[in-house]
Amino acid sequence: MSAKEHSSHYFIPDPSPWPVIGMISLLSTLFGAALAMNGVSLGKFIVIAGLLLFAYLLFGWFRDVIAENLSDRYNKQVDRSFRMGMMWFIASEVFFFGAFFGSLYYIRNIALPWLGGEGYLGVTQEILYSQFQMAWPSAGPGELGGAFTPMGPWGIPALNTFLLLSSGATITWAHWGLKAENNQQLVRGLIATIALGLLFVVMQAYEYGHAYSELNLTLGSGVYGSTFYMLTGFHGFHVTMGAIMLIAILGRSMKKHFTAHNHFAFEAVAWYWHFVDVVWLGLFIFVYWL
Amino acid sequence: MTTTTMSHDEAHHHGAPTGWRRWLYSTNHKDIGTLYLLFALTMLFLGGASAMLIRAELFQPGIQLIDPDLYNNLVTNHALLMIFGAVMPAAAGLANWMIPLMIGAPDMALPRMNNLSFWILPAAATMLILSFVVPFFPGGGTQINTGWTIYPPLSVQVGMSMDFLIFAIHLLGISSILASINIIVTLLNMRAPGMTLMKMPMFCWTWLVTAFLLILVVPVLAGGVTMLLFDRHFGTSFFDAAGGGDPVLFQHLFWFFGHPEVYILLLPSIGVLSHVIPTFARKPLFGYRSMVGAMLAVATIGMVVWAHHQYTIGMSLGAVTYFMVGTILISIPVGLMVFNFIATMWRGAMTFETPMLFAIGIILMFTFGGLSGVMLAVVPADMQYHDSMFVVAHFHYVLMPGAVFGLFAGVFYWLPKWTGNMYNERLGKIFFWINVIGFNITFFPQHFLGLAGMPRRIIDYNVMFTEFNVMSSIGAMIFGLSHLLFLYIVIQTIRGGRSLKKSENKSWEGAKGLEWEVGSPPAFHTWETAPQIK
Ligand code: HEM
Ligand SMILES: [Cu+2]
Repeated sequence: MSAKEHSSHYFIPDPSPWPVIGMISLLSTLFGAALAMNGVSLGKFIVIAGLLLFAYLLFGWFRDVIAENLSDRYNKQVDRSFRMGMMWFIASEVFFFGAFFGSLYYIRNIALPWLGGEGYLGVTQEILYSQFQMAWPSAGPGELGGAFTPMGPWGIPALNTFLLLSSGATITWAHWGLKAENNQQLVRGLIATIALGLLFVVMQAYEYGHAYSELNLTLGSGVYGSTFYMLTGFHGFHVTMGAIMLIAILGRSMKKHFTAHNHFAFEAVAWYWHFVDVVWLGLFIFVYWL
Repeated sequence: MTTTTMSHDEAHHHGAPTGWRRWLYSTNHKDIGTLYLLFALTMLFLGGASAMLIRAELFQPGIQLIDPDLYNNLVTNHALLMIFGAVMPAAAGLANWMIPLMIGAPDMALPRMNNLSFWILPAAATMLILSFVVPFFPGGGTQINTGWTIYPPLSVQVGMSMDFLIFAIHLLGISSILASINIIVTLLNMRAPGMTLMKMPMFCWTWLVTAFLLILVVPVLAGGVTMLLFDRHFGTSFFDAAGGGDPVLFQHLFWFFGHPEVYILLLPSIGVLSHVIPTFARKPLFGYRSMVGAMLAVATIGMVVWAHHQYTIGMSLGAVTYFMVGTILISIPVGLMVFNFIATMWRGAMTFETPMLFAIGIILMFTFGGLSGVMLAVVPADMQYHDSMFVVAHFHYVLMPGAVFGLFAGVFYWLPKWTGNMYNERLGKIFFWINVIGFNITFFPQHFLGLAGMPRRIIDYNVMFTEFNVMSSIGAMIFGLSHLLFLYIVIQTIRGGRSLKKSENKSWEGAKGLEWEVGSPPAFHTWETAPQIK
């Protein structure tokens, strides 16, 4: 491809097998999961096969993209497409978490008071659950899961806040290194970010263990347990994904793939990491603290 | 499959790759558009078959052909197949085909991801169809008897088929989100130099807004069904009052998605109309700016009125009043769009080819459906109408013209461009008339049934409803079978032959826009060098 073509022509990739492989991996993962959840023992093997295929897919697809990028086949416009694509993906993630935060809001401010007899339809409470008093945290009028101790904010959660916020700082520091073409700073910053992120995940796992064994706070602890574990669990899952992405970026940084002007992958992961960070702040305030 | 620079250049400059790889591995917006459209057509017939069974059963009071659980399963499946399998993919197919041609782009911005968003659909359809058939296997659990809205607590009690459905919804969601990201990025980043947003063809505008809505609301549905999955299998109590949750919460999550979803179905067809009507009235679209504004208003207000589907759940008086006023407000921008279309036709040199017939049909019948919507939006009235056949009549009057007929109009309008052959106009017109008459015989009587108190989603009914149901079922057979004619016309046009005229680059005398400057059919790659817009 001549230089002139490169600057004016938008890059259209060759036919690629990855999307179809993606379809097969997603289908077998979810098909297997549906079976496994209903006690069909074959299910989990299908899930594992699907996940392995998915990992292979990610590996192969990104390898192609990286090769294309390194052989200079992308122009500015392509780069802009990737950036916008990532932003809108994060926007959709924001709304995914929005659904859970919204549910927490609804349960605390509308559903529970209603169950407690508030409002003009509150009389239903007398018929259904006349003993129930609105409170938060709550496992509902049935006290599902038995008595539990809620998770306070000032132990591990506060520490975790500190960890994630510092990781936001270290990744910015790494970005500065990248822009100043200082590879050492870039690599160190990334290593620090990954370490902080993984430490966060470990702490979170420890917290869950503690909650299950000592606080009797489980996924089945009524609506408090449900919202607590769903929100923190999905967040923890995103942190884990983010850490894996960071590790991939670290590998590429060590191979000096990025330049001060061409490092979309780095920025995409950094944005994702900041997004995960912001979600955590929301969690800390609304799930742990208030 | 290693990719070398050689094979890349070949694929780039020497037309279409051949064999099955062309379709499975495609990175070409036209091929992917075709795949979307063919998939949608298949689902249209599957969904149609389930509807025919439903109407056959309702032909007479009493239980004749199928048992009640299967009936409910069919109702569920019909809605899901039509909404997620037929209408949305067909609209995405039009987007794939037309957006790059219209904005002078060589392809969609992210071609591989484009193929991924298509190929997830067959996987989703597999899960959806499994959710329907699993109960017929030993140990397959109960049938999905909830309707497409899958409200708990019933949906928590359904057997394993519900899990297949939940995962199908996840897959559909992933597909829609990826497709929407691609469309937004294409529209924002790939327009030919000189084409400002306010010069963009209206179809592109409608899809920009649609894609935006999808990105905002589909993740909420995904979150909602995920909670449902956890309530079913992992002991959470989001929707269980005993644990402090609330089944109504699911309704809020569902309709936060569900109401914008109706605009997602509607808007691409409005986009098609904005091209069809000017072409056959031979006048530019009246009020381009106000169209854009109205659409943005519809999308914005449409995001915050979802609870008009839930008036009967026992919200506070303040809440129902708010949702009522908001809902009725939407009819103002919707009405504005309709008036713009009428003003476009006013004193135009009109001709009535099939796409234009559909366009005029849409204006009349969609408006009618909008009016019954305003009736439903009024809280005290809806207390009577809710969950009756009146609602069924309403949403078929908005969806069939508003979405499906718009897609038909688009297919007839652009088929000559895609295939290079002009379809048989006489057959097209015959199809239009049978289709529209069948539609009205089917759904008009359902208004009376609903007002007289016949509930929806119930297999049996009081004998006093017999006459209108007989009428409706006969109409449904006419309506359903008419689609075979559609299929015939499409196949005939694709195959071409001596009986059909070849299409010019500009298939219609009054057509305007970049898509009419490329060949009919267009080359495998078009606009490799972007045109300059003045
Ligand atoms: C002026 C505009 C509209 C108004 C005021 C309106 C109002 C309503 C109301 C209040 C309901 C709930 C009825 C009930 O369940 O008791 C409803 C149901 C529905 N509407 Fe509309 N609507 C309008 C336009 C549309 C459009 C444009 C579409 C789609 C293209 C649409 C599709 C639906 C569907 C699918 C349902 C039923 C959903 C279900 O329960 O399964 N509506 N509409
Ligand atoms: Cu609605």
